[in-house]
Amino acid sequence: MLKRAKALFLGLPSLASLLFAGGVSAESAATQLNMPQGVTEVSQAAYDIHMIMIWICTVIGVLVFGFMFYIMYAHRKSKGVTAANFHENLTVEVLWTVIPALILIVMAVPATTALLKAYDTGNPDIDIKVTGYQWKWQYEYIGEGVKFMSELRTSQDEIYGRAPKGEHYLREVTQPLVIPTNKKVRFLITGNDVIHSWWVPDFGVKRDAVPGLFTAAWAKTDKPGTYVGQCTELCGLGHAFMPVVVEVKEEAEYDAWLAGKKEEVAVYASTIGKQWTFDELMVKGEEVYGLSCAGCHQENGEGIPGVFPALKDSPIVLGPAAGHIDILINGVAGTAMQSFAEQLSEVEIAAVIHYKRNAWGNDVGDIVQPIDVLNFKQSQ
Amino acid sequence: MAHGPSENFFNRWLFSTSHKDIGTLYLWFSFAMFLLGGFFAMVIRAELFQPGMQLIKPDFFVQMTTMHGLVMVFGAIMPAFVGLANWMIPMMIGAPDMALPRMNNLSFWLLPFAFAILTSTLFMEGGGPNFGWTFYAPLSTTYAPDSVNYFIFAVHIMGASSIMGSINIIATVMNMRAPGMTYMKMPMFVWTWLITAFLLVAVMPVLAGLVTMMLMDINFGTSFFDAAGGGDPVLFQHVFWFFGHPEVYIIILPAFGVISQIIPTFSRKPLFGYSSMVYATASIAFLSFVVWAHHMFTVGMPIAGELYFMYATMLIAVPTGVKVFNWITTMYKGALTFETPMLFSVAFVILFTFGGFTGMMLSIAAADIQYHDTYFVVAHFHYVMVAGAVFSGTAAVYYWLPKWCGKMYDETMGKVQFWIAFISFNITFMPQHFLGLAGMPRRYSDYGLQFADWNMVSSVGAFLYGGAQLLFLYNVIRTIGWGKPISDPQVWEGAQGLEWTVPTPAPFHTFSTPPVIK
Repeated sequence: MLKRAKALFLGLPSLASLLFAGGVSAESAATQLNMPQGVTEVSQAAYDIHMIMIWICTVIGVLVFGFMFYIMYAHRKSKGVTAANFHENLTVEVLWTVIPALILIVMAVPATTALLKAYDTGNPDIDIKVTGYQWKWQYEYIGEGVKFMSELRTSQDEIYGRAPKGEHYLREVTQPLVIPTNKKVRFLITGNDVIHSWWVPDFGVKRDAVPGLFTAAWAKTDKPGTYVGQCTELCGLGHAFMPVVVEVKEEAEYDAWLAGKKEEVAVYASTIGKQWTFDELMVKGEEVYGLSCAGCHQENGEGIPGVFPALKDSPIVLGPAAGHIDILINGVAGTAMQSFAEQLSEVEIAAVIHYKRNAWGNDVGDIVQPIDVLNFKQSQ
Repeated sequence: MAHGPSENFFNRWLFSTSHKDIGTLYLWFSFAMFLLGGFFAMVIRAELFQPGMQLIKPDFFVQMTTMHGLVMVFGAIMPAFVGLANWMIPMMIGAPDMALPRMNNLSFWLLPFAFAILTSTLFMEGGGPNFGWTFYAPLSTTYAPDSVNYFIFAVHIMGASSIMGSINIIATVMNMRAPGMTYMKMPMFVWTWLITAFLLVAVMPVLAGLVTMMLMDINFGTSFFDAAGGGDPVLFQHVFWFFGHPEVYIIILPAFGVISQIIPTFSRKPLFGYSSMVYATASIAFLSFVVWAHHMFTVGMPIAGELYFMYATMLIAVPTGVKVFNWITTMYKGALTFETPMLFSVAFVILFTFGGFTGMMLSIAAADIQYHDTYFVVAHFHYVMVAGAVFSGTAAVYYWLPKWCGKMYDETMGKVQFWIAFISFNITFMPQHFLGLAGMPRRYSDYGLQFADWNMVSSVGAFLYGGAQLLFLYNVIRTIGWGKPISDPQVWEGAQGLEWTVPTPAPFHTFSTPPVIK
């Protein structure tokens, strides 16, 4: 019984590796047991060295545990054996020190090559700045003037069981990162508040997003598709709710997408002076609030006592609009309230402030226009 | 010789200076903490039973993972081995007591206060520590709940307790060995603890320094870990792991010592390669100081740093392998029996080695990019911490309990507990390897649907494993209260060493006259 149970447990990983080797994670997600091979050189190298290690460990495991099980079977007292009395042998001690050391040296060679590959971040075709925020990612196409936030799209209702969970539960975002095929894309990764970690398993890319520090990673693939990853450094209560989604498009498609994005920027610049109506701002504001504020201040604006202040009946929210704009633009030093100046557009800031002043029984009644926010920013 | 323990309950336990009573206090305290930390684990596994948030909020979930780690590492495992050291080291080296008995009392009694403070944070406004047991800044400084100051205070007190405990062990082993008990005649358990005590004295002040820097950043306007003020969050990680990596050997080395006592007993054969075991332990301790940044392979270190820490980490496999080979060779051509302590010890060797294999995989930086901070890591360290340290602690209690209380535990119940624990442990943690490789990060309060099946299996295993611990508690209480009395000093047929020469149960005072060592 002992033997069989052990053999079963020990055999599992190698069995798994046989059965499930290969297969890109997107397709085989439901049954995946092993590391994905992924779609880049780096992820393939990580997978290869992973498999080498599994096989080395399996062979050593079979030999060592096999010997151990033989002993446990053959040298039991109940079989009438008497114990020997030897307790030293320099030769075997030297052997089982030297042989593992040699195996390690052999392993170090592919391990070094694979690591050098992951660190080969020079000469990129495209640079993308990735910034971790609590709890979303910002992507900036350096030199293109395109920058956007990528946030979880799964609804709170799905998370709290009030609605059925969708197929892409917790693996869907408002705007995925888009990159082209066959271009070396370099990710420059940093954090805005706490440390996050940007992980796309199929790219073999995982780099911590540390405030005040840039780290680099790269990916180049010829396989279009959607690749999903997650934040892998504990970053607070929303840690599980900030997935990474990357769409790899054929070059022409990518160019069209980028052109569209640039046009959005241009269109936006021309509408910033527009006068919005009360209701337009409420609709826009509720949407922004749900994505950027509700995580802490809660859907009902009541916050979490002792951690995140309530906005409902808050003197700041009900006071002059300028004070509220100031907090969103500059944050509150020494607290979790960060600056949203880089995260939200003027329209979004105006809308969300307007929403907070006029939701959940708050009824200031005036209108905060995007131009007010822009003026505030420029007057600083 | 006539006087025994004080008749007055409070005098006996509150003011005790007896290594045996203090050892008992340590063991009961650590078991209480083990149940508390285990309860937190049950909350975690209950929430993760299905995708979606069912029972608790994400913030409380993170508090649970944090408290589970802190309580298990600092409250359960470390004090359990200090308790065993207190009970066994004087009896193994032929000393009447620990060298510094009053400090011994203080170092124990600090602990309940430290953990009362730590646990009380859960009931404070804003909640308890929610930044993981590794408490990386700035999540644990700028973004921490107010209760972080209590956490810092509690860590300081625990650290003081650990330092005192280890100074006491060093002083005892160096000064109180019976005549003729040379260093190279000391039982392995004493050796591993001596080395562990040096590790503790070296790294606990580093932890204290670290939390003090946090305290300054939070309350006094410094910027050690705040990039906006010229500090560096990565500095935190370097300092933490300079403490943290030796810390994991602080946990596992005494466990090695226990296994090195038990396997020879039930093999009825002396430990194979005693001196190489001593050197291997010392090598592991040395290496533990120079490999810390392998916990930080994804932080963006320069390639030279990555390579160095990778090579150095791979080296640890050599002395660890030597230990495993020596244990197995000890069993070779012995006359084996499988009482409960031996079952737990054999399971230790197998499962710890398995955890060592995944450890070796994790040392390969290129692959670690994929493993880092996933459930693969969670599975790895539970194989070495639970099947390592906890199995070894359980084995130790079954092994020495008859000597402590003069009564025999129920062997059948012990074996039943072992099989439930062994099977449910693997049901809990084996699937976590798959979850990690398939891409589930650790410390996640909720997860995508593709991880649902294995999480459910893992949760079922965890509940079973938790149940096995209640059986353990019952068996120990039953033994102390109603166990079959025994009086054979030897207790186990193959047992060697001074602790088996004193009467059973061990009298309140042992070795008032030093024994003669041949």
